Amino acid sequence: MGAAALQSVQLAPGQAAWQRFRRHRLAVAGAAIIVILVLGSAFGPYLLPFDDTYIDIMRRFAPPLSGAHILGTDELGRDVLARLMMGGRVSIAIGIVAMIIAMAVGILVGAFAGFYGGVLGAVLMRLVDAVLCFPAIFLLLALAALTEPGLMTTTVLIAATAWMNVARVVEAQVRSLREREFAVAAVAFGSSDLRIMFRELVPNAMAPIVVSATLNVATAILLESYVSYLGYGIQPPAASWGNMLNNAQIYLTSAPWLALAPGIAITLAVTSFNFLGDGLRDALDPRMNIP
Amino acid sequence: MARYVANRLIQAILLLVIVSALGFAILHLAPGGPLAQFAVSSQMSQEDLARVTRQLGLDRPLPIQYLDWFGRMLRGDWGRSYRDGEGVLTIIGSHLGATFELMATATVIAVLLGCWIGVLGAVRRYSLFDSLATIGAMIALSIPTFWFGLVTIYIFSVHLGWLPSGDRQTIGDGSVLDLLHHLIAPAMVLALVETAIWGRFMRSSMLEVVNQDYIRTARAKGLPEWRILTTHALRNALLPMITVAGLQFPTLLGGALVTETVFTWPGMGRLFLDSIGYRDYPVVMGILMFSATMVLIGSLLADILYAVVDPRIRVG
Repeated sequence: MGAAALQSVQLAPGQAAWQRFRRHRLAVAGAAIIVILVLGSAFGPYLLPFDDTYIDIMRRFAPPLSGAHILGTDELGRDVLARLMMGGRVSIAIGIVAMIIAMAVGILVGAFAGFYGGVLGAVLMRLVDAVLCFPAIFLLLALAALTEPGLMTTTVLIAATAWMNVARVVEAQVRSLREREFAVAAVAFGSSDLRIMFRELVPNAMAPIVVSATLNVATAILLESYVSYLGYGIQPPAASWGNMLNNAQIYLTSAPWLALAPGIAITLAVTSFNFLGDGLRDALDPRMNIP
Repeated sequence: MARYVANRLIQAILLLVIVSALGFAILHLAPGGPLAQFAVSSQMSQEDLARVTRQLGLDRPLPIQYLDWFGRMLRGDWGRSYRDGEGVLTIIGSHLGATFELMATATVIAVLLGCWIGVLGAVRRYSLFDSLATIGAMIALSIPTFWFGLVTIYIFSVHLGWLPSGDRQTIGDGSVLDLLHHLIAPAMVLALVETAIWGRFMRSSMLEVVNQDYIRTARAKGLPEWRILTTHALRNALLPMITVAGLQFPTLLGGALVTETVFTWPGMGRLFLDSIGYRDYPVVMGILMFSATMVLIGSLLADILYAVVDPRIRVG
């Protein structure tokens, strides 16, 4: 017993975190599913004999498992599995790129607000509060309606409606970290403000940042599906998980499988990122682990 | 107390100014600005356009325009719809009832169900029920609302034929029963995410309360467990839920928009999407500003109400 207790004490922080993470079975499952979805979308299309945009009017609405079309075909005879994989590329890529942009903006705003505080901090954080007043979907749709839809616009707009929570997290972290000894020491060394902010404070707030980045991917994938489903995101013939559901409601009676596959893919991806974020929170932030 | 409310009120007004500035900025971000819809019409020449710009005061400096716009918003003049010339506030008002009906029903379902799940999960922590509820809540938060709506329509309307697949009522049938019949599916779909949120917050709030000294005292007094839970724990655990009600309001509104589109529910969300389709910017902006203002007022009310029921807040 003593040996086991000693061993757990001596673990390096990274190892301890990994052990805690491994115990979170749902998070591990989430990570595994994400890997499968990413690999499937990246390499799956090369294994299929069908092109995702190839229209085959003679074979419209083929049900799943009929012949070579594993998930059937849609209203234009396009292979659903091929579209699902290509759509996965788009949806996951948007989720991750939007997260990166949102993180960059959120960290920047949060770091400046938390470090300088005062009027600048107040103004920046009130701006965060103000953007949060708009329900994300309303804001996203309004902005999407005003701009030309496309991959880049959709990604940027999703990021524009998703950076606020990161800013709040970083602001709180930076505000408390800057009082700590190492930050004070950095000031005494004469380090520049920017250096203290981004070399000392932000790296020390990495744990909550990583957690909120993971959850941010989940939100971004979900937002992409909403805006593309409603017709203001990724435009056909390119596939995304959201726009594959675009016409699904019309064919709900005659071809229900068209609604099934993309919906399951979105739910799976979003759930996995959410569980992963949850597991990372438990693993990286031991303080929150107190029962 | 009065000071707290006054303080909170000033903050809210300040926030409203920033929110309105954002809204105004978005409106002017539109390609071609607020006159975009005239510019595409071939019946208007360049001179006409310039004249309209002058008439509407769009050639003035932006800050002046903003003040003018904000002033008109405060006076209830939110512009007119491009589609039928109706006042924006009138249009929003005529769609608000349906949205509130949906949101209120979903909230009632979610609060009852979520609090029950949360309390049970906290009392029987780490039980099978608790684990399933936690996983279920996470999945509920991850399912796209519109897709859950499609699945619901498929199962209950297409397959079983129990529920109508959309709309608020059967035309020609004005009975309450018919209205309720139409309300079930969309309210359940909207309630899913809400239930998950309420359940999670209720669970953690209950857990916090259950570990307090006064609960231990109540146990030590030999009170029956159900009395401890209902009169001591639950009452105190419900207090922070007021804040949750304010916090999740934007989610509720956004969810209502998506639910309304799937079920062709004639509410504000449906109107918003239709207006986007028609490039009816005054209505789009009106709904955007209206929903942000509602969120703002919601969180203000939640904060004030919380301070009323929990005196500890007022000092902080």
